[in-house]
Amino acid sequence: MNQTLAAGKSFGTATTGKLAMWLFLVMDALTFITILIGGIALRNAAPSWPQADVILNVPLTAFNTFLLICTSFTMVMALNGVQRNDQKSLVKYLGLTILGGVVFLGIQVYEYYHFIAGNESLGAALSASGFSGDKFLPSTGMYGAVFYTTTSFHGLHVLSGVIYLFVIFLQAKNGIYGSDNFDRVEIAGLFWHFVDLIWILVFTIIYLL
Amino acid sequence: MSEHQSVWRKYIFSLDHKMIGKQYLFLGIFFLLFGGFQALLIRWQLAYPEQPVPWWLLGFLFKGSGGIIDPDMYNQLFTMHGTIMIFWAITPILIGAFGNYVIPLQIGARDMAFPTLNMLSFWTMFLASIVLLASYFLPDGTAAGGWTSYPPLSLEEGGIPGHGQTYWTLALTLAGTSTMMGAINYVITVIRMRAPGMTYFKMPLSVWGLWLTSILNAIFVPVIAAGLIMLLLDRLLGTQFFLAGRLAAGGGGDPLLYQHVFWIFGHPEVYILILPVWGIVSELLSVFSRKPAFGYKVTAICMCTIVVLSSIVWGHHMYTTGMSPLLGKSFMFLTLLISIPSSIFFFNWLLTLWKGSLHFKTPMLYTMAVIWVFAIGGLTGLYNATVTADIYLHDTMFVVGHFHYTMAASVLFGGYAAISYWYPKMFGRMMNPLMNRIHFWGTFISLNLVFFNMMVLGYAGHHRRIYNPAEYDFIKPLMGLNEFITYAAIVLGAFQFIYLFNFTWSMFKGPIAEKNPWKSNTLEWTVDYPVPHGNFAEIPQVYNGPNEYSNPKVKGQDWVPQSVQIESAG
Repeated sequence: MNQTLAAGKSFGTATTGKLAMWLFLVMDALTFITILIGGIALRNAAPSWPQADVILNVPLTAFNTFLLICTSFTMVMALNGVQRNDQKSLVKYLGLTILGGVVFLGIQVYEYYHFIAGNESLGAALSASGFSGDKFLPSTGMYGAVFYTTTSFHGLHVLSGVIYLFVIFLQAKNGIYGSDNFDRVEIAGLFWHFVDLIWILVFTIIYLL
Repeated sequence: MSEHQSVWRKYIFSLDHKMIGKQYLFLGIFFLLFGGFQALLIRWQLAYPEQPVPWWLLGFLFKGSGGIIDPDMYNQLFTMHGTIMIFWAITPILIGAFGNYVIPLQIGARDMAFPTLNMLSFWTMFLASIVLLASYFLPDGTAAGGWTSYPPLSLEEGGIPGHGQTYWTLALTLAGTSTMMGAINYVITVIRMRAPGMTYFKMPLSVWGLWLTSILNAIFVPVIAAGLIMLLLDRLLGTQFFLAGRLAAGGGGDPLLYQHVFWIFGHPEVYILILPVWGIVSELLSVFSRKPAFGYKVTAICMCTIVVLSSIVWGHHMYTTGMSPLLGKSFMFLTLLISIPSSIFFFNWLLTLWKGSLHFKTPMLYTMAVIWVFAIGGLTGLYNATVTADIYLHDTMFVVGHFHYTMAASVLFGGYAAISYWYPKMFGRMMNPLMNRIHFWGTFISLNLVFFNMMVLGYAGHHRRIYNPAEYDFIKPLMGLNEFITYAAIVLGAFQFIYLFNFTWSMFKGPIAEKNPWKSNTLEWTVDYPVPHGNFAEIPQVYNGPNEYSNPKVKGQDWVPQSVQIESAG
């Protein structure tokens, strides 16, 4: 059923699958941008907004950010490996990327658990920011709404990315990729880099500003 | 390309774009009837408020309230009528069915770029339909916040009780996901799968329309997806994105944010619905006038211009939200700008007809009807786009009449034109032309009586979405007109059964269609029915534009397929 057609010269030599991934990333970016801009608009309209480091654990998340950036590097190494037909390097670096993603998710789950279970010091931080109770929930003012929506939507992307890369990982272990066949690894990499890039925006807007 | 596919693979989980197109078509027709039936119930209430619904409008459905449509039911009816017609009828028929069926055949491809994604797209839509239909069976009924579902009406606090709105939001998110999958497929298919020689400016205008629609879908459905996610979280997790004032416990958000997000998507959405029709009309006018589409390139470029402009005019839906006059004026200016490219291709249509050899086959009749209803819809749009006029007309039946002329009437006739035109290729048989003609005239006359008079009502101040118009002294004198519209609407509804009968009957009893019954140039008419999975035995080489009708170089016939060199033809 596959066909290679001469007319479709647009967008250079990119494969059809890669082109579709780019289009998908544009679309996904638009959803993220809507959520981020919506959050910024609501924040600007709010009478007060808590300092980022009062409730949130910024150093822990800064480590998470560093970790995610590292996985972008390992992803590049994996692609580099398959392009050199180095199967061991491909499998190793894909595994490391997945591991990084899983740890990132673990830390995010820990962070959520800590907020949702609640404790006294969190309660103190919350009351310092003008919220009542000792639990930080999606219903804790606009701040909670923006925090949970943005970070969980990104977290879902990391989760999909981990599953996606795991499929590629299994295929790579079976040795189906090589220096003449690495398109799907590259496409998966595009998605992973995108998720990293979005996280840098999310981290800056939610945790730093 | 095995010939022996299981029934499941062939008819249910098919990967063939033609079968998926038909699946979309049947889904869309089902919901078109369902949404149309709801429209008649709305009309009944507006003409005979709080009187029992007669048996022939299935009055027994309202036994609980003594045969009367109660206010909650009424709200649900107009909410779901709008939702279903836009997302479950027009979108599946024009974009799902014809996008799927026509694009690969007309550009000379074997299938969509991603057949599995195509199948998933349909079944996601099917799942969305189930969620939507399930909402009718909830204790408090389905969503009732209008098809726009503005908060706080669509929220738990201060909104409409029950889970109908949650189901609505979930169903729409699923439908949006399906649309996005489709959009990726269509956009990439057109970019990558065109046959050799099929340059962008040799594509039939119907492909142009469907392609541009998909581009708009790809850009703007993700935006509404974000809005729907936030709405869903507000309903399920207690966030307060769209709650404000006394309703919001801690701080609160902004209902206007939803309106912005909704209309950033919502205005392009009306072009998403109409662009395929523009393309199909431009194409069919050329076929049945037996001459090239006047200003083919200009029409294509105008459609592109409108795609760009449509993304920066959403504010004209929000003139009455207290936006700054400067912003209002800017949106008005940008909106009115759209009339320039629209007029250009509209005159291109008229000039395609000019001195053409007109063949009034049934697809042509429906196409001509689009020209008429789109002219009225387009011109009345100017009033709505003008801030001063809109502040009076906002939320009146004038707006309802206007958008039904553009979105309902144009799209309905465009859909009928498309079905009648491609029917021979889809089902191998011809539709009965006499039944189509009767249906055409009945629909054309009654439809204009319905929608034009709605604008008259609105101009007199009749608001939309009110439960009982007879309660207002200034509307009482208009109740006669309301009754008249209802009768016209019932006639309109009745005539659709002629088409439905013809559609079904011709599938089994219609005369066997020849390969190219309309003597068209485009590639889908170069293959025999039934078109096999894979479409073309050999990928065609394209030489000509799509509209080389009555080319003097071609001897003996007034058409030449795109895959035949003109010098060697005839």
